[in-house]
Amino acid sequence: MKKSSMLDLLLLVIRRDLILAMRRRADVLTTLVFFVMVVSLFPLGVGPELGMLRKMAPGVLWVAALLASMLSLGRLFSADYLDGTLEQMMLAPQSLSMLVLGKMAAHWMVSGLPLVLMAPVLGLQFDMSVQALGVLILGLLLGTPILSMLGAIGAALTLGLRGGGVLLSLLVLPLCIPVLIFGAGAVDAISSGLSIVSHLSLLGALLVLALVFTPWVTAQALRISME
Amino acid sequence: MAINWFKYAAPTTFYGLAGKMIPWFAFSAAILFAIGLYIGFFVAPSDAQQGEFYRIMFIHVPASILSMFLYLIMAGYAALGLIFNTRLSAMMATAIAPTGALFALISLWTGALWGKPMWGAWWMWDARLTSELILLFLYLGFIALHASIDDPRRADRAAALLAIVGSVNVPIIYFSVKWWNTLHQGSTIKFSGTTMHVAMQQALFTMLAACWLYAIAVVLARVRSIILERERNAAWVTQLPGIADFAGGEK
Repeated sequence: MKKSSMLDLLLLVIRRDLILAMRRRADVLTTLVFFVMVVSLFPLGVGPELGMLRKMAPGVLWVAALLASMLSLGRLFSADYLDGTLEQMMLAPQSLSMLVLGKMAAHWMVSGLPLVLMAPVLGLQFDMSVQALGVLILGLLLGTPILSMLGAIGAALTLGLRGGGVLLSLLVLPLCIPVLIFGAGAVDAISSGLSIVSHLSLLGALLVLALVFTPWVTAQALRISME
Repeated sequence: MAINWFKYAAPTTFYGLAGKMIPWFAFSAAILFAIGLYIGFFVAPSDAQQGEFYRIMFIHVPASILSMFLYLIMAGYAALGLIFNTRLSAMMATAIAPTGALFALISLWTGALWGKPMWGAWWMWDARLTSELILLFLYLGFIALHASIDDPRRADRAAALLAIVGSVNVPIIYFSVKWWNTLHQGSTIKFSGTTMHVAMQQALFTMLAACWLYAIAVVLARVRSIILERERNAAWVTQLPGIADFAGGEK
């Protein structure tokens, strides 16, 4: 297959999924509102003391982003599965891994990117410094695609199952722990005056690893689920 | 002489073999448990720093080791089943999961009991404890995914894929947790450094062997049940002694 046609395919899938998402804007907004609400609940739970909130902020924002991305994963393949589109995609002569990668990218743009854009506003609520906010956004930019990609494996494995949503979180959350650690760790590091390079490099390494392996694994999982 | 290596890869033949092996493993496990506990409680001297508390190590350490090894063995069987499409491998993986989860739980539980007198806290966010907890989550995810898929073939394959992804992730998780911990605070607990008393070593290794034998016996017993359940409509199952009577009585 020509290189350009692979890229065309990727862009085609991304555009299609984005158009579908734009037709159902409420779904996108629900995830975002969930993220904002979870983050806003923490100060109510632990008290309004700014010193403590500032210390907790990276962890709270990251955990909330993790949960919000779990919320939207159930829809990643289910609509296509129900109306038979997924079956057509699997029959298509093009590489299923590439199609899956396109769907992952679209999922990230719809559910991950808004969280990244919203994070600075929420960070201000927690009195984070500008420097820390910058690192938080950088970490989220590197980390949220990994969440989408790992989540896609879980979404493919639990396709069409009873209670899929809860099961999906049970499967995917343990796998996401390294992302959480390095993402929140980078913000902690800059706040205590340490270098952020190691954390962000590790996040970048995880992103590359995920980019290489997860589309293929997800494609295998889809084949198992669709048998 | 040509040996048929794959003879026991069929559930039919393995069912009988497992039935013959279980008593051996179970009895030797029971004997070694008795010897190990005797040495551990009565022969091994009390520790200079930890007094009598350290004796929980004789169950804690074997349980931790087994919980980790069993995950790798489970993932290995799962991979075999996925690649070569052998039914028995997938059944073995399914049979190992509950035992592995049990050992992970025992390890966490005894760790907490040991931690309270030693560190003054039931739980510390130590790298080992945290990764053991995550290992338990991975076992539970495997079991939950397998249980929620009705078609056994799909369940086997989906769970196998999850086990493989998990085993690739285990080192990443372990090191990330370790670095996370050392970045926050220096590790306050160190186990290495001192040489162990001979009796302590004997007790530890005996208990470890006993746990291995116990795990093998239980997994074999469980895999026999799984074979029966999956093959309940096969001709050879209906001809088994106990089942033939039952089926005959039903008619």
